[in-house]
Amino acid sequence: MRKIKKPPDPQQPPMSSHDVVITGIGLVSSLGEGPDAHWQKLTQPGFQPVLDAARFAPYTIHPLPEIDWNLQIAKRGDQRQMETWQRLGTYAAGLALDDAGIKGDDELCATMDMVVAAGGGERDEAVDATILAASESRNDRDVLLNEKLTTELRPTLFLAQLSNLLAGNISIVHKVTGSSRTFMGEEGAGVSAVETATARIRSGQSTHVLVGGAFQTEHSDMLLGYELAGYLHRGRWKPVWQRQGSEGGGVVTGSGGAFLVLEQREHARNRGRKIYAELGPVISGRARRRQGELNSEIAALLKQAHLPDGELLTISAASGAHAATAAEKAVLDANPALAVRAFSTLTGHMKEAQFPFAVALAALAVDRKAGYPVFDATAERPFEGAPNSVLATAIGYHQFEGLGLIKAA
Amino acid sequence: MANLRDHMGRPIVAVTGIGVVTSLGVGKKDNWAALTSGKSGIHPITRFSVDHLNTRISGMVDFLPSSSKGASHLTYELAETAAQEAVSEAGLDSGDFGGPLFLASPPVELDWADRFSLYNSDKDEAGAERLLRVARGLKELDIFETTQFGSIADRLADRFGTRGLPITLSTACASGATAIQLGVEAIRRGECDKALSIGADGSATAEALIRFSLLSALSTHNDIPEKASKPFSKDRDGFVLAEGSGALVLESLEAALARGATILGIMRGCGEKADDFHRTRSKPDGSPAIAAVRAALADAGLGEDEIDYVNAHGTSTPENDKMEHLSLSTVFGERIGSMPISSNKSMIGHTLSAAGAVEAAFSLMTMRESVIPPTINYDNPDPAIVLDVVPNKKRNAEVGTVLSNSFGFGGQNTCLVMAREPV
Repeated sequence: MRKIKKPPDPQQPPMSSHDVVITGIGLVSSLGEGPDAHWQKLTQPGFQPVLDAARFAPYTIHPLPEIDWNLQIAKRGDQRQMETWQRLGTYAAGLALDDAGIKGDDELCATMDMVVAAGGGERDEAVDATILAASESRNDRDVLLNEKLTTELRPTLFLAQLSNLLAGNISIVHKVTGSSRTFMGEEGAGVSAVETATARIRSGQSTHVLVGGAFQTEHSDMLLGYELAGYLHRGRWKPVWQRQGSEGGGVVTGSGGAFLVLEQREHARNRGRKIYAELGPVISGRARRRQGELNSEIAALLKQAHLPDGELLTISAASGAHAATAAEKAVLDANPALAVRAFSTLTGHMKEAQFPFAVALAALAVDRKAGYPVFDATAERPFEGAPNSVLATAIGYHQFEGLGLIKAA
Repeated sequence: MANLRDHMGRPIVAVTGIGVVTSLGVGKKDNWAALTSGKSGIHPITRFSVDHLNTRISGMVDFLPSSSKGASHLTYELAETAAQEAVSEAGLDSGDFGGPLFLASPPVELDWADRFSLYNSDKDEAGAERLLRVARGLKELDIFETTQFGSIADRLADRFGTRGLPITLSTACASGATAIQLGVEAIRRGECDKALSIGADGSATAEALIRFSLLSALSTHNDIPEKASKPFSKDRDGFVLAEGSGALVLESLEAALARGATILGIMRGCGEKADDFHRTRSKPDGSPAIAAVRAALADAGLGEDEIDYVNAHGTSTPENDKMEHLSLSTVFGERIGSMPISSNKSMIGHTLSAAGAVEAAFSLMTMRESVIPPTINYDNPDPAIVLDVVPNKKRNAEVGTVLSNSFGFGGQNTCLVMAREPV
């Protein structure tokens, strides 16, 4: 068992103590956009996911909904500088800023910190395909590469691919400029982004932070990133918990994004904003999975979260990846108080956005004083009543783990 | 007895280990000897064909076992090598470091060599369909790991026994400085008493070079490679793509003194400010860079008159050097003409994700050795940029405080203030 970050010592309080609250939520997925659309669909019993099984067969994906980019990215010139991934993230970030009443407020944007969880942007598939096709009949492949890339690559595409340029575009489009950091590393990047933003607010370093990520799966390279290890589920779609033993590796991906505005409670109160929920402990870990540590690591994280007594709604970002999802299910099942909902059954796996998305859905449940119906009746059990706290988990499909406890404000 | 808390009541953060790799060599000793003798590490590209390329020079690290194995493997080896030097110098257990890891590294992509070999291992279908089908039949995880953004840090965490979930980050050319800043902040918040911050970049592939070329960012002075990087010169025409790594062991001063560690320097302050102007150009008034410098000074509790030397971002692009001069002269006023300011990039090129960490390492050595490395190739000064760039030859000088600048594409600006001694 790996050493885990120790919880703060109550004998040594941080520089100053500030609660972290959630005042803005920006969501996009195949289900639509915004907290209301997601709440409405996710609370419909028996809601069926939006799927596209044809475009990337044998893989099924959850596609993006129709989006009018102009609503959050006013300048066409800005839109042209991005591909879909950066547009999606910039759009979801704009939704969160709007929701928190920060968008367009120059002073609040200029002092706002930002932590974005990002992978990479889209490559030019046509150029790549041309080069690969030519490579079949040429041995001077490095010359071929230079020849094609120097003449066929669109110069600005590089900027649309750079991981840190999602944050860069958010600064340009929404004027968030207090600070800008981009964390990389799949689901773990999303966990670290929320964890770091939370730590900054608690210690008094930040008063308000934009945090989140986006994933655009409708691109073969984004699928390849999973499939190089055989992680994608093939064949007929099934809910997350039912993919063990099916053809492929268990992950069904989705396009989407989730951004949160996290804020110091006093700061939110002083400007009279609606508070969705309080963000309690956020805990991250790194099990050495090859050494069989994942189950014990998840159990240890749960223990550190100091879960409240009684039944606890749990929003799981489980991917469906066979080993990781089996481990998560075993540990969650062993705790009879947890009523689990794996939202990726309905949205698909959104990689870096998984944890921020889970936190957002947990905050909505706390705010609306209601749980979600089961997303998979064979594996999830009903939850009645008004949740006072909700647990959010993100166990990476390949590496890194984290969870957070979201509480009534 | 030194103060253990800074002007804001936070734990003071000391540096107890430094490691560095650049095109000039492995380790502080070789790098420092080359750097202070004005030697350039820029050389013709031999790693791949340069046919059709406008830029045929770089500061690649060509002498490591992984130098020809692709960006992911080389970035790992660069990070590991620098971290090993730093952790050993700090006198800590290099298999059980016991603090968090912050890694600045380039975004990863499937290397072309792997793309070609996967594609040509089969004949059916074409394009992406073929790649996906071949991919799912792979029996090993080696290629997969090179495409996961968290994999290099995961391996480093195993290798050094760092604690918790390692953070991999990118703030473009400011990444290395951000990795240090994250470590400093974690210690100040009391989350840990030591942290390992690494910036590493081994991603100088043909495609990376072509991408920067297409943005007109690179020097095309190919004929005399060691003369190509000429920050603050009138005829500067772009940066030179390079590789390298820098690693720092950061510790609370209290913990470092308690275990009798040698204090190599103090991380006094960090400041940042994002630019909202343009994806590759900075705001014409320089306000974000100015704000980043001022934020770093304020965080350090130092006035403008208390910085002895500036380790410049100094990329040798027309835009950066002009804007950096504007920002510094705005902050430091008339004094700027007499403050020594040099660019390590004149010798090692732009190590991108590693630059902030490499240059922090050199800044700390500048203070310890009382020697300022020069800005070489300063033969044709830009009359619009009046600075004491420590031209062409090193200078002996007592340096108690350094400001190190990092300004990135995408508008991410980070500045670090370091001091030789605790307050």
